[in-house]
Amino acid sequence: MNIAVCIKQTPDTTTRVKVGPGGTGIDEAGINYIINPYDEFAIEEALQLTEKNGGEVTLLSMGPASIEKTIREGLAMGAHKAIRLNVDKTPDDPTVTAKALAETLKNGQYDLIFFGKQAVDDDHGQMASLVGELLDLPTVTVVLELHVDGGSATAKREVEGGLETIRFSLPAVVSAQRNLNEPRYRSLKGIMQAKKKTIEVVEPALAEAHLVVEKLTPPPAKGEGKIFRNGAQDAAEVVRLLREEAKVI
Amino acid sequence: MSTVLAVADIRNGEHRSVNFEVFSAAAKLAGEMGLSVTAVFIGNGLESLTGAAGEYGIANVVVVEDPALDKFSADTFAAAIAEVAKAKGAAVVLMGATATARDVLPRAAMRLDTALAQDTIAMRADGAKVVFTRPMYAGKLLGEVSIKSMPAMATIRSKAFKAEHSPVGATVEKVAVSLPTPRVKIEELALENTGTLDVTEADIIVSGGRGLKGPENWGILEDLAKTLGAATGCSRPVSDEGWRPHDEHIGQTGKVVSPTLYIAVGISGAIQHIAGMSSSKFIVAVNKDEEAPIFKASDYGIVGDLFEVIPALNEEIKKIKGND
Ligand SMILES: Cc1cc2nc3c(=O)[nH]c(=O)nc-3n(C[C@H](O)[C@H](O)[C@H](O)COP(=O)(O)OP(=O)(O)OC[C@H]3O[C@@H](n4cnc5c(N)ncnc54)[C@H](O)[C@@H]3O)c2cc1C
Ligand SMILES: Nc1ncnc2c1ncn2[C@@H]1O[C@H](COP(=O)(O)O)[C@@H](O)[C@H]1O
Repeated sequence: MNIAVCIKQTPDTTTRVKVGPGGTGIDEAGINYIINPYDEFAIEEALQLTEKNGGEVTLLSMGPASIEKTIREGLAMGAHKAIRLNVDKTPDDPTVTAKALAETLKNGQYDLIFFGKQAVDDDHGQMASLVGELLDLPTVTVVLELHVDGGSATAKREVEGGLETIRFSLPAVVSAQRNLNEPRYRSLKGIMQAKKKTIEVVEPALAEAHLVVEKLTPPPAKGEGKIFRNGAQDAAEVVRLLREEAKVI
Repeated sequence: MSTVLAVADIRNGEHRSVNFEVFSAAAKLAGEMGLSVTAVFIGNGLESLTGAAGEYGIANVVVVEDPALDKFSADTFAAAIAEVAKAKGAAVVLMGATATARDVLPRAAMRLDTALAQDTIAMRADGAKVVFTRPMYAGKLLGEVSIKSMPAMATIRSKAFKAEHSPVGATVEKVAVSLPTPRVKIEELALENTGTLDVTEADIIVSGGRGLKGPENWGILEDLAKTLGAATGCSRPVSDEGWRPHDEHIGQTGKVVSPTLYIAVGISGAIQHIAGMSSSKFIVAVNKDEEAPIFKASDYGIVGDLFEVIPALNEEIKKIKGND
């Protein structure tokens, strides 16, 4: 199988983020970057499929040269090669990224194209659906379970209050939800091998941006909360305040 | 005149509660922008449901019926939305940020060569432009985004906008569109916990963490939830351990909720949990550890043993409810 996995470099989920100069991006100083957590599930699934069926896993990531460190992390998990779509800055508009990724993916003859459910920085949660539409391919998002069987596949996906079972033919686009699998650790051998793997650099044509981030702000700070220290003895007072002050019950 | 479209999400023949919030938000935005507002219903046999649009201030209703829409498919629904948006010259398209919409609207946006702001919690007109506010970086920052192309599309987070009852007389128009063949086949839809309230739709959530020690102790939370008419939620380790179903898991990797009242019980308040509930309007924490970070995110905190505090809260709430 020939599989592509689109990955994004995002700040570590425990990193504190601050608004950077200019007010439309974050302050990059001191941020620890990782592979977007959902993309690790995507990589793992792709690796397991090629281990079973043969074939290659290609990582695709759009961003400046600085993301190559993160791409190597994916190669260290076992992906065979990678393509970086070179831009000075990862676009704010997901449709710009989607169009560039789709152009590159078109040339690859992939049986499956994986995404993460959502990137934990801009939280758009839409890239797989955008690219699937552009490539006119069956697209199944938020997948918890995937079974590939020759030229077709079955996936379980999460919807509110339940699970959908979906059948589709390959080639197809799939986005990974947590619990799809247990991503492997990078072995020392994997890390050594990753150093030798190639990252092809492609200069994408960029579409005009439709979505513009005008301003980033920290969320309004909570006022000092009221803390009650007498446990159950305070229950009556808290309930009274919930009704009379907060007016929420 | 150009219009603001409010797309209804119907599940099992019923409105999702966010629909009424979408109708109200669309009517309000249309008023600010001097545009008309249109509710869109897609699927068959929805006549009895269209009346809700008029109840929430929308005078124009479009119904798209087609045998191909009997069964839900993201492909056909996306095409239907895109076709109606084109036919009506929509300036804005809004839909509740349900699992369905999150999957369908990006496809519709691509068909219209425009862009989509997901999971918005506020919006305002700025001349002919709409500025949407949406949490980014798991709610650690708020982004104000605008969309330069037409229509500007957005999904809106459940409970972030108010459903305001403001009845108007509505006219219903049927619109025919041409639909593609779905690219995938839904073989089965297994709904878990039907009958219980989905956390994203609940006004009040009582949420438990590892502090409850085990699934056998959930009775005290369920009792409190019942008294309040609330849904129950949980932290991630709790669903990982199988103490509670996965669809109750709240946080960065679970559901993101914005209820009126969120009661966090025996939850330490890790940054990934906060990401899922910090936009709640009012937060109460119960924890025996005064230093627990959850208190920093809370409006009221009770330091104490949850096994004593929760039954006491339940009794006190029953008392005041009894007097209503
Ligand atoms: C990539 C990533 C994503 C994650 N995503 C999520 C997510 O989406 N949602 C999520 O919730 N977590 C998530 N986590 C996990 C998160 O970091 C925390 O581990 C988790 O939220 C802790 O759950 P908890 O508060 O229930 O348990 P604990 O941290 O163990 O806290 C239990 C609390 O209960 C209190 N307690 C104990 N006994 C009592 C008692 N008798 N009375 C009162 N209080 C008591 C303790 O003081 C403590 O504060 C994620 C982690 C990572 C790395
Ligand atoms: N710059 C990028 N390069 C490659 N893949 C990306 C990029 N941005 C997002 N993705 C993919 O799209 C998924 C969803 O991202 P998003 O829609 O931005 O939340 C991510 O999990 C990645 O798989």
